[in-house]
Amino acid sequence: MNVRGRRGPGKPEADQVVAGENNSYTLGPMQAGPACCAPQPLIRVRNFSLFYGGRTALDNISLDIYRGCITALIGPSGCGKTSFLSSINRLTDLIPGCSITGRMHIDDSDIHGPATDLQALRRQIGMVFQKPSPFPFSIYRNIELPLHEHGIKRREDKDAIIQRVLQDVGLWNEVQDRLHSSALSLSGGQQQRLCIARALALDPQILLMDEPCSALDPIASGVVEDLISRLRGRYTIIIVTHNLAQARRVANYAAFFWVKDHAGRLVEFGHCRQVFESPAHELTAAYVNGARG
Amino acid sequence: MIWLRHSISSPSASADTLMLWLLRAAAGVAASLVLLILFFLVAESWPLLMRDLPITHFVTDSSWHPDEGAYNLAPMLSGTLYAAGGALLLAMPLGIASALFITYYAPPRGADAYRRLVELLAGIPSVVYGFWGLTTLVPLINQLQPPGSSLLAGILVLTLMVLPTITLTAHAALVAVPGDYLRGAFALGMSRWAMVRGVALPAARMGIVAGAILAAGRAVGETMAVLMVTGNVVQHAGGLFDPERTLAANIALEMPYAVSDHRAALFVSGLTLMLLVMLLWSAAARMGRG
Repeated sequence: MNVRGRRGPGKPEADQVVAGENNSYTLGPMQAGPACCAPQPLIRVRNFSLFYGGRTALDNISLDIYRGCITALIGPSGCGKTSFLSSINRLTDLIPGCSITGRMHIDDSDIHGPATDLQALRRQIGMVFQKPSPFPFSIYRNIELPLHEHGIKRREDKDAIIQRVLQDVGLWNEVQDRLHSSALSLSGGQQQRLCIARALALDPQILLMDEPCSALDPIASGVVEDLISRLRGRYTIIIVTHNLAQARRVANYAAFFWVKDHAGRLVEFGHCRQVFESPAHELTAAYVNGARG
Repeated sequence: MIWLRHSISSPSASADTLMLWLLRAAAGVAASLVLLILFFLVAESWPLLMRDLPITHFVTDSSWHPDEGAYNLAPMLSGTLYAAGGALLLAMPLGIASALFITYYAPPRGADAYRRLVELLAGIPSVVYGFWGLTTLVPLINQLQPPGSSLLAGILVLTLMVLPTITLTAHAALVAVPGDYLRGAFALGMSRWAMVRGVALPAARMGIVAGAILAAGRAVGETMAVLMVTGNVVQHAGGLFDPERTLAANIALEMPYAVSDHRAALFVSGLTLMLLVMLLWSAAARMGRG
């Protein structure tokens, strides 16, 4: 077992933060799963390039995403982090003129292969966006809708899952009395946790997070960050963040992207501590020390 | 010091003040026109409204025979509601389906061309619809079941006329649904149709309903096209193939020769129509807010 990976570099107490003194929320019991982050690739990306029309957005990316770990994608705006994230669950398909070359595999299945069932793929890969965007329905309906679409129709099943995921994101105690009131009446941080719960309800293997804290105030941001740390091990998480301190606190691995010749490239990938403390590339060093970007 | 104070607070007739009063006047004219029309309708129908009480005799009289003092508006009220209701029943699913097609399914170029076509449909003068109905639709229906001029003809012509309104308002409501909802739905592995049914339509519901109510207002008030195809017999239509007459057509048909009480009775028709439309519009306004 890789101890460094398990604890999260730079913040060994990450797993205990949640139980702080004046927390107004509690997390549900951790489910059994892989003990924690294991150095065993779940997603393998090889020579992956992405184009918007004729423009190259990502150029020749190769890296492994490890099972149960949190991988942070860092780098300046416009370097293709979000494009990379969206091509993992193929949301890039929605963008007209978008094309790819190279390979991206989850275990043995080719994400961009012609035989891929998009709905099954996206059920396996949850996604959380920068702006909390629950549907304009009730809290209950927000989670029920995707469950229903994926064939979970018995009321007891749905109720059980909804309670479990709301407990997982620490929202249950706050909303159990008003499950049927509008999700838009929640605060920004609560809305974001609802979106995470909604993604978790489908029992995904992988969670993609696109700057999940950047639209939140510092306290709500801290709550969501603690939550992300708690999800380590149960889910393989890839998080895009501009907050380097946050990347350092939560991530096991970090991938540093940079724009060269108008295309996003992967400059360095490694253990989070290594990338931040002894970067191999001078651009990485300049960026993590705040000299560039 | 005094000069300075004067220069920043000068309340004298500046361009802004002038503009403000001009705009106030324009708004005042527009608002008073509506009130004046309403007042005019009430004033003209007042003698007849007040002479035979209670007012309910307008729906309980034996028939519509103005020369004999019988003013039963009920058949025409039902005629108006049947024609408009039938048209909405047909145009709603068609219009919403068209809007969904333009917004989510059609290739961008095709969607644009189709939308322009629908806008063109909205711009065709109503008399042209009536003309087409009279020369094409009525003979066709006549082959099915004479006489051809019928409630069905009215419903079909009105359907064509309100279809663009429903399509364009529903399209506007769907376009206004935030892209975040749609991406969120796709990211949850929902199919396009599940996204449309589960997220887009419910989120756009208010706008779509408001559009349908506006369309209902148009259908209730439409005169010329309906007059040309419905046969204009004053009766409760027993079926789709029966002729009937709407309130609006009644006014247009009889106004040229109506005098005294008969004339006042037509103003009562107009007042009824106006109240019906006002009711619909206020419902639409409430929807828009909700």
